[in-house]
Amino acid sequence: MNNKKWLVIGGAAVGILSVLLVQLGNPANMGFCIACFIRDIAGALGLHRAPVVQYLRPEIIGLVLGSFALAFYNRDFNPKGGSSPVIRFVLGFGVMIGALIFLGCPLRLALRLAGGDFNSVAGIFGFIAGIGVGVSFLKKGFSLGRSYRQKNAEGGAMVAVNFLLPFLFLVPALLLFSSKGPGSMHAPVLASLAAGAAVGAFAQRTRLCMAGGIRDVMLFRDWTLLSGFLAIIAAAFVGNMIFGSFKPGFAGQPVAHTEALWNFLGLTAVGFGSVLLGGCPMRQLILTGEGNTDSAMAVIGMLVGAAFCHNFGLASSPAGTTVAGRIACIFTLVVMYIIAVSFTKQKD
Amino acid sequence: MEVIKVDARGLSCPEPVLLTMNALKEKAECYEVLVDNQTAAGNITRFVKHAGKSIEVTEQGPDFLLTIK
Repeated sequence: MNNKKWLVIGGAAVGILSVLLVQLGNPANMGFCIACFIRDIAGALGLHRAPVVQYLRPEIIGLVLGSFALAFYNRDFNPKGGSSPVIRFVLGFGVMIGALIFLGCPLRLALRLAGGDFNSVAGIFGFIAGIGVGVSFLKKGFSLGRSYRQKNAEGGAMVAVNFLLPFLFLVPALLLFSSKGPGSMHAPVLASLAAGAAVGAFAQRTRLCMAGGIRDVMLFRDWTLLSGFLAIIAAAFVGNMIFGSFKPGFAGQPVAHTEALWNFLGLTAVGFGSVLLGGCPMRQLILTGEGNTDSAMAVIGMLVGAAFCHNFGLASSPAGTTVAGRIACIFTLVVMYIIAVSFTKQKD
Repeated sequence: MEVIKVDARGLSCPEPVLLTMNALKEKAECYEVLVDNQTAAGNITRFVKHAGKSIEVTEQGPDFLLTIK
């Protein structure tokens, strides 16, 4: 079976699993959201003190461990790094700011659309625009530089952290858990962990990437990766229809706001940053599982970025964006542009 | 025989494919692209076949040598 068929089948499975996780207790249209869930983990660990978004999301841990398990089994575990790690941290940080302005990563963008949240349409256009800007720099020779082989311990360090994190559930007093709001809504721990691991293994096998799909169409007219993204939307839509959770409209959508301009610009930053990083937030988790320490730096950037977003009032809420958040979003786009220019070799 | 060589080891996607694409624009009888991961090898193979050329993948230790004609 070729990769495209795997992507369609696996993408459909991701869509269905996402709908099921919502049925099991996750917030609506949030079966998976890499940005929201990393933010919740930052909250659970006390890196920020926003009381409604604190939970040690097992889906994230499962994604890394599922990717690692399959990569290790297939001898695909390949520790490498050293390609501008600090810049990757900064880009991860910026991608998180953009995602928390919109209230979702590209995967949740797909799930919001499939749930009838039409605010996500502005987000999709923003995401495509951001990827377009990134692609224009790729064509001009943008590169963060080569990575090099690393020791197994270096490549495995973040995997080990993810292996140890679930044990914190045994000592809940160490963690902060929301008693209300999205952080209080979650599927049972083992179901979340298993779903995360299944998606992690599938995404490792197929290289599923939300940003990569649109990027490849723009660069090479290659629809392979995008087919997975489209399958997620289609399957989640069907799942939502079956469970009666398709609720079309703009106002009152779950964990979303109606400010189209900022939904657009937030995901412009996510798309732009993802192309510069070489993959969307989920892809960074999958590569972390494969031993890529550059991606691990991007993930740590997202974790710290999420904490800053809530400590400094940058993150949006269903009530809308904040002034600080809007300023931060523009600043993020400027920083990404400066990074893109700085790492682009002009052709003679 | 004129051979154009591309070293795309350590570069993240889609840079290896872009470098290959740029190399193919220059006329040569044979192109050799060196990558260090299966993903890049697969992506380049797909692109090259799409461009109507033949490609051969040989493992060289931890790396993959792609010979395009």
